[in-house]
Parts: sequence; structure tokens; C-alpha cells
Amino acid sequence: MTQISVRVDGVTYADDVEPRTLLVNYLREQVGKVGTVVGCDTSNCGACTVLLDGVAVKSCTVLAVQADEAEVTTIEGVAAPDGTLHPLQRAFHELHGLQCGFCTPGMIMASIDLLRDHPDPSETEIREGIEGNLCRCTGYQNIVRAVQHAAGEMSGRARSDGPASDRSASPADVDTAAAPHAVVRA
Amino acid sequence: MTVTEDRAATGAPEKEVGKPRRRKEDARLITGRTLWTDNLVLPGLLHMSVVRSPVAHARITGIDVSAAQQAPGVLAVLTGRDLADEQGSLPCAWPVTPDMVNPGAPAVAVDQVNHVGEAVAVVVARSRAAAADALELVDVDYEPLPPVLDMEAALAEGADLVHPGTASNRSYHWVFDGGEAGTAADTEQAFADAEVVVSRRFVQQRLIPAFMEPRSVVVQPQGDNYTVWSATQVPHILRLMLSMVTGIPEHKVKVIAPDVGGGFGGKLQVTPEEVLTLLAARRVGRPVKWTETRSESLMSAHHGRDQIQYIDIAADREGNVKGLRCRILADMGAYLRLITPGVPVLGAFMFIGIYKFPAYRFECDGVFTTKTPTDAYRGAGRPEATFAIERIMDELAVELGMDPLEVRRKNWIRAEEFPFTTAAGLEYDSGDYEAATQKALELIGYDELRAEQRRRRESGDPVQLGIGFSTFTEMCGIAPSRVLGSLSYGAGGWEQASIRMLPTGKVEVVTGTSPHGQGHETAWSQIVADQLGVPFEDVEVLHGDTAVSARGLDTYGSRSLVVGGVAVVKAAEKVVAKARRVAAHLLEASEDDLDFAGGSFSVRGTPGTSVSIQEVSLACFTSHNFPEGMEPSIDAEATFDPENFSFPHGTHICAAEVDTETGRVTIRKYACVDDIGEIVNPLIVEGQVHGGLAQGIAQALYEEAVYDADGNLTTGTFVDYLVPSAADLPHFDTGNTVSPALANPLGAKGVGEAGTIASTPAVVNAALDAVRHLGVTDIRMPLTPERVWRALQGGGDGGDRATAGTTAYGGAQTETTAGVSTPQSSLGGDR
Repeated sequence: MTQISVRVDGVTYADDVEPRTLLVNYLREQVGKVGTVVGCDTSNCGACTVLLDGVAVKSCTVLAVQADEAEVTTIEGVAAPDGTLHPLQRAFHELHGLQCGFCTPGMIMASIDLLRDHPDPSETEIREGIEGNLCRCTGYQNIVRAVQHAAGEMSGRARSDGPASDRSASPADVDTAAAPHAVVRA
Repeated sequence: MTVTEDRAATGAPEKEVGKPRRRKEDARLITGRTLWTDNLVLPGLLHMSVVRSPVAHARITGIDVSAAQQAPGVLAVLTGRDLADEQGSLPCAWPVTPDMVNPGAPAVAVDQVNHVGEAVAVVVARSRAAAADALELVDVDYEPLPPVLDMEAALAEGADLVHPGTASNRSYHWVFDGGEAGTAADTEQAFADAEVVVSRRFVQQRLIPAFMEPRSVVVQPQGDNYTVWSATQVPHILRLMLSMVTGIPEHKVKVIAPDVGGGFGGKLQVTPEEVLTLLAARRVGRPVKWTETRSESLMSAHHGRDQIQYIDIAADREGNVKGLRCRILADMGAYLRLITPGVPVLGAFMFIGIYKFPAYRFECDGVFTTKTPTDAYRGAGRPEATFAIERIMDELAVELGMDPLEVRRKNWIRAEEFPFTTAAGLEYDSGDYEAATQKALELIGYDELRAEQRRRRESGDPVQLGIGFSTFTEMCGIAPSRVLGSLSYGAGGWEQASIRMLPTGKVEVVTGTSPHGQGHETAWSQIVADQLGVPFEDVEVLHGDTAVSARGLDTYGSRSLVVGGVAVVKAAEKVVAKARRVAAHLLEASEDDLDFAGGSFSVRGTPGTSVSIQEVSLACFTSHNFPEGMEPSIDAEATFDPENFSFPHGTHICAAEVDTETGRVTIRKYACVDDIGEIVNPLIVEGQVHGGLAQGIAQALYEEAVYDADGNLTTGTFVDYLVPSAADLPHFDTGNTVSPALANPLGAKGVGEAGTIASTPAVVNAALDAVRHLGVTDIRMPLTPERVWRALQGGGDGGDRATAGTTAYGGAQTETTAGVSTPQSSLGGDR
């Protein structure tokens, strides 16, 4: 057993861990941060993504001992202390960027990292930026929109012209504007 | 009792149905406050791990568990021999023919293993790590048997048998002949008389549902009662089947599906591990948890598709279709799971698609192989059917030198012909294929794309452009119990709902459907808000716990809204009918004189007198002033069993670029217009279409479960099994037309599978359209760059994806498996 001290979502924990313990298992089983989930065993799916000292990592690829003296932020720590949701959490909800929700914690954490590097990403930059996170439900379109929407909100830009106006519209509005619902036969 | 006036005076609130309501479910999912089964911790919880066969086919000659039993923290090691007398056989609920061969399916192998990944023993230990460590200490001796991998070889005379004691590897032979059934003309005659016959062999590759949440089960024994938490789509079916399999009385088993992370048919199952966790918990008398790894999931959770399709189409020279003949080989894998044999049968009626075939015959052989069992995967039978018909219509068009859309248009059912009874005997309820097609053509900018295609052809551009259509329909809302009975399915298809009116006027809706990402909590709230005139926020939807939702048949087959949602409507109607009687009593009026609108009963022609349904609810609670002879409750339940399926349809158009130098296929544009009847929540509908498209496109371009020559799954991780990422998929342009369903009062048709069913042939047709002029006539799915390149170079369909070699025992790759695709080779790298 090795002793580590980790600050997780603003709280410091001192724990004994087996050297082989993965960070994700430490978070889930010892700290109780079950919002961070395990979706694969080859670091492909990204469901376990957390921020380690502010940088997105797949916590199944990090040993718990590597997080000693580090700061970990999980999905459970991104909302403000008063419960106000992070702009990305709000955007995923508003733009229907999730269905079963299993990939969502990792997807949001990866997107936080993406927007730190690219505050105003293009659609392609978003798609490439989150390609390490798999989603089986959404086809990604509304995730992409959610990230764009949150980017606008986080940088405080008013998006009122051009294609950027899509960013404040709901996906249903956007697509039905392109293809209005028509009652063929009553 | 206060009688308020304002509610009636303000008029009816805005209708909830049709609004893009944001989902109620999201709050817990975006904050990580979710109850996935694996999150569950109980006092004294133990962990189970499963020893799995590393060989495809072998007799078990010995198992030594002594070292594992001595390992630290291990409470029990149980082999098939230990559990043989209590494990029963995993259920198959769909004996499609009276003489179907079902050799039985042990949860844990006793004498013989029949696929890689089959359970051989389980370890129960104090921690997850201890259970995993002890796995390595279980020593199993195998006496190898020849693997049985190729369906056509498996059916040949003298083939090695998967199951000893069977006469062949054929499980069943199932036939639908329209001539014999009296629903169509004689097929042989139609082909004998035909001016043109086109025959093709299509391969539906094996797929893996690959839900994001790995399966997980927790069983808590309490006396002779058992509570089972499982990441399942089907808690009600699971409860019944666990009881039937293990002999534990049904009323002693409670099943809870908590938050479930996707299913796509992959969690429509009674799994070996659910049975084993229950048996292990019973043995040790403590709660036991099993959670699979992704590798275990890909290897042992059921797979999907895997058909070889021989399709013949007969037509005249003008392109009028005369007959369709389908001969299908369907890979069952090693065992018949819950509805394994029925999946091809679900597709049997849909091979004729939207077209007016005068003659139709379908026959299917279910074949055993030494691979993971197949079962439902999104669409279940209907994607296979849609692929075959939409591909063969293109082949017919090519043969006749006609435009593929023109051939379709010439033969499809016209809007004024609905309801239409097809050659397969189904009555299609409603639709307008022309309207959907017109809108889809506009959406994708068809004329410009065709012009660009011409330019590229003429200039000999190395990147060619193609356009592919899929004008599809599906039967969904898996329900009508009598129809399911006529197909020998082991259960009905009804759905139940109940509504509880609480004293404060809030409403609890209990549904028998079991959502795992679909958003029933939101959509059902919208329905009930309209029906009862209560605020959306005042409705709570309860599901997934058999003690709360006593009756239900769960979620699959695009059935939840069109069966379960309608049950909610029916229950609400009963609540209103009961409340009307109470309201009449409170208002001292006749029931016949009451209007119900916006949640209030008012006396017709007497403004200012009204009582809200919430007030009626409180009156029920106090029961101080209640109609004589009426029980003091307005709660109600309803069970709905529709008369018919519903038939969503749509036109999907894909424009794909094929790089003739690299073989890479890129979707340039994708547009679809789906007609799913009335829409309850357009946001949810759009999401379902997007996700469906992703899975259908993935079949066309990326995904394939590959076995090597020894029967090893070589795509056993997400490194090799290519679930597409955001960078691999295009933007989708989606739209809807609305032809209300006739079989239910919501007018809804179901949307869960539409995108998956429709999209696969559109993509393949597009890719072929791009390269037909270069001599390519078919390319096997998935259309990896390697296959496309090979087809362009040497003709043929691109061939198999490296099944010749072996990675036996998970060892190093041999040179013959070097062709197995990697993300780099088959996704074409960055986009």
C-alpha cells in the first residue's frame, strides 16, 4: 500500500492505495465519486475523463499514485458551489447532447479541456477534439452543438449573426427550420 | 372544498405534446448523480468474476479450482459441474417452428464450450481485484473440437457439429410463401414469367451492440427473497425468466433496472451472468455484484445481424416489379438466446419494403456456429430486410438502365392507396412516400449534387461522388399480442400504465416500459400533462422496478411510445372519467353537463363553476364528501394491446465521396425525412434519428465483429471494433412529414430504430453509385478503405476482412491476421 494525498473536487483525501490501483477505481471505490464511470479497458471510450491539475486525462490510464499531491476535478465538481451548472452542463441539457448519459461526464470533462485550448472552435475542431470520447446514443451532432453553444456563452460573445445564430437555438428549432414539419394528411 | 373559477377562465394551457421539452432525466446525468448498477454498494457486498473459455469449441476434461479457492479474499469458486443441477437453461422465448432445434443453453458450461468467452466458472471474492486475480488461478483442461465458423459450410453434409446429439447445425427452417399464405401470387410462376431477373448475394456482417454502459448485476438475498439490480432493458421479462430458469418463485424475485446506459437490443436479454450472480448470491448468502469489462462485453454479450442473403427480384422491362424471393442464412451463434431465432422472422415481412410486389417468398435457415450468440440489435431483422430490398432495387435499376429513384417511384405504394395490404400480408397504416422523398431531395440539394457528380466523372476526378437512396418502411411498436402469438412468440405485446393522483394534486405515472436513454420520463410527462391538464413539472414517471411497476413488457422494438405511451393515455382517460363523477358530485351537477378542459371540470353553460382535477384528487384523499357507491379513488390503470403494428417510413439520401486512389469513403452530405406519425417531443425524435443514423452508417462503413480461423474474436476491444467517433460521422440534415398512425390514439409510429434501419443501404448505394462506372458492382460491408480499394483494383466485393489467421489464446498475431483493420487503416485517419 502506498499513501497518497489527493484533492478531489475541492476536498483533500489521504488514502492508502495499492500501487496498481487506477485513478478511476480510486475515485469510484475509495472516494465515492461514482459520477466518473468506466466504459472500456483500453482507454478508447473516454467515459472516465477527469481533469488532473486542470488537464483532461482518461482516469483509467492514470495510476492513483500518479495523482499524489494533485488536484482532480470530476463531473461532480464542475458546477459552482451554489449548484449553478457549468455552461457545458447547461448546454448539453439545452441542446439535447445526451441520451443514456453514460458518456456524458467524460464528454463534458473532455469538452472543458477542449474549450480551454480552443475557446471558439469550429465544428471540425470540436469533432476532432472529442474523438477520444465515444458516444453510442447521439450520433454526436447535438454534442457538437452543445460545445459550440457553451463556447459562445463562456467567452461572453453575443452570437447574433451568421451561422453562429444556430448556437443559441435548440436543435429541434434548427433542423425543423431547415425541414419544416408538414402534416401530409390529417 | 373550494371551487375555483380562474382555471377555466384562463382557458386551456398550451399543449405539451409537440413541444421540444428539455429532458427531466438530464439533471442527474449531467451532474454525475446517477445510479448505474455498478455504482451500487450494499453492506457485505461481494464481487463475482467469470472464467471464460479461450477456445471456440472444446470438451472440458477437467477444472482445478484449488489454487483459486485458497487465494486471499476468495469465498467461492463455482464451476458448471457445481451449478449444473440448479442453473436450468437460459430461455429462448421464440420457438419459430414446432421442430426448431434448441439444444439448451447453460449459464455456465458443464461439459463443453461452444464459443470463445463462454462462462466456465465463477469466482466470488471480497473485492473486485481479488475476484479478478483469482480468475488466473483456475486451471481448465480443454480437449479441442473443430470450430464451426462458416454458415454455408456448417450446413453442408458431414459438417462438424456445434452441439453433440443434433442431426445438423440447422436450428430451423422457416418459410413465408405469399402464394401459400394467400397474400400474394405464386412466386415460382412470377419468376418463370419475368422478363428480367436480378439475383444477388448480400452479406450482413456480424455487429456488436456496444452500449456504453457495460453490463452489471447486483443480487441481494434476503431470506428467500432476492432483489436483482441489472443494467437491463427488460426488468419484467428478466424477473419472469429468472424465476422460470432457477425455480425461485416469481413472487420472491424483484428486479430493478436503475439508470441504464444504453441497450440497442443488447440488453434485451436474460444473460448467463444474471443467472450466475443470482445463484452465487444464493450460495454465499450475501449480496454479489458482477460488472463486465469492455473486452468481456464485446466477446460474450450477444452480437447482432450476421446473415447471408440470396435475393432474387423479378420485373418487366419497364421496371415494374413482379416478384421477390429471399433465401436467408442467419447465424444463431452457439446458442439460442431470448429471441435469437425470431430476429430474422421480424424481418421476414419487410423484405418487400414499400413496394407493390405481386409475389413474395421468404425462407430462412437458422444456423449454429461456434461464435457468440446473436440476438436483437437495433432494428432486429428489419435493417437486414431494408438493406436487401434497397440494394436490390438499385441493382434492378442498373440492370434496366433506369434511374434508381424512378424504379422505386414506379413501384411504391401511393399515398391514396393506404391502408395497403402487402404481399406479406401486413396492412400498412398510412404514409406518403412521394412527399417524404420530395422533401429529402430538397434538403440534400439533389440536382446540384448530380451536376457535381457528372463534372467529376467527366474530369476523371480521383475523388468520385455518388448518391444513394433508401426509401424504407419498418414495422414497429412490437405489440399486437395475437400477431406475436401467430408467430409462436412466447409472450404478448401489450403494455401497462397506471396513474396515481396524490393529495397535493401531483401525479405519479407508473409505466411498464423501461427506458435506458430514450427520455420516457419527459415524454410521458408531456402526454399526461395534456391528458389531465396538470403542469408538466407536476408529473413524475416511475419505471424499471418490478415492485413499483408490477406489469410491463419493457422497451425494445420502437414499442414504448406506441404501446406504452398509449397505455398512459388510456389510464389518463380512466382517471378523468372517475374524476368527472366526483366533480359532478362536488358541483352538484350531472356528469353529462360537465366539460373537462385545462385540468378543470366546469358546468356547461354556467360560467364560474368549476373544480380542478387536483381538487378532485384532494377530495378523494379526505373522502369527506364523495359520491355514494363510488370507491374513494380516481387512480387508474390501463393495459393497451394494439390491433396492428405501425409503419414509419422515410426517404434517406446519402451523398458519398470515394477516393479511388485510397479507397476511402467519406459521407459528404446526409439528409433524411422520416414519417413517424405524430411527434410528442421533436427534440427527442431528432436525437433518436441522429443516434440511429450513426449506428446504421457504422454498419455500412466501420463496424464488424471478426473471427479468425480458430474462432477467436479478433475485434474484442474498442481498438479493433470501430464504434465511430465524432470525427467519423457527418452532419445530418433531418426532417419529418407526418402521416398519423391509425392503430393508436396518439397517432405516433415509433422512431427508435428508423435511422438505423434506413441508413445502411443509402450509404452503400451512394458509394457504389460513385464507382459503378469503374466496374465495381458490389462492396462488402463495412466499406473499409482496404475493401473499396481492392474492389476498385480487382473487381469483386472487396472480400473478407482477414479471417484466415489465428490469435489463439489471445497470443501474438500471426502474419495472416495482419490484415485486420486498425483504426488507422479503416477509418482513414484524421478527417
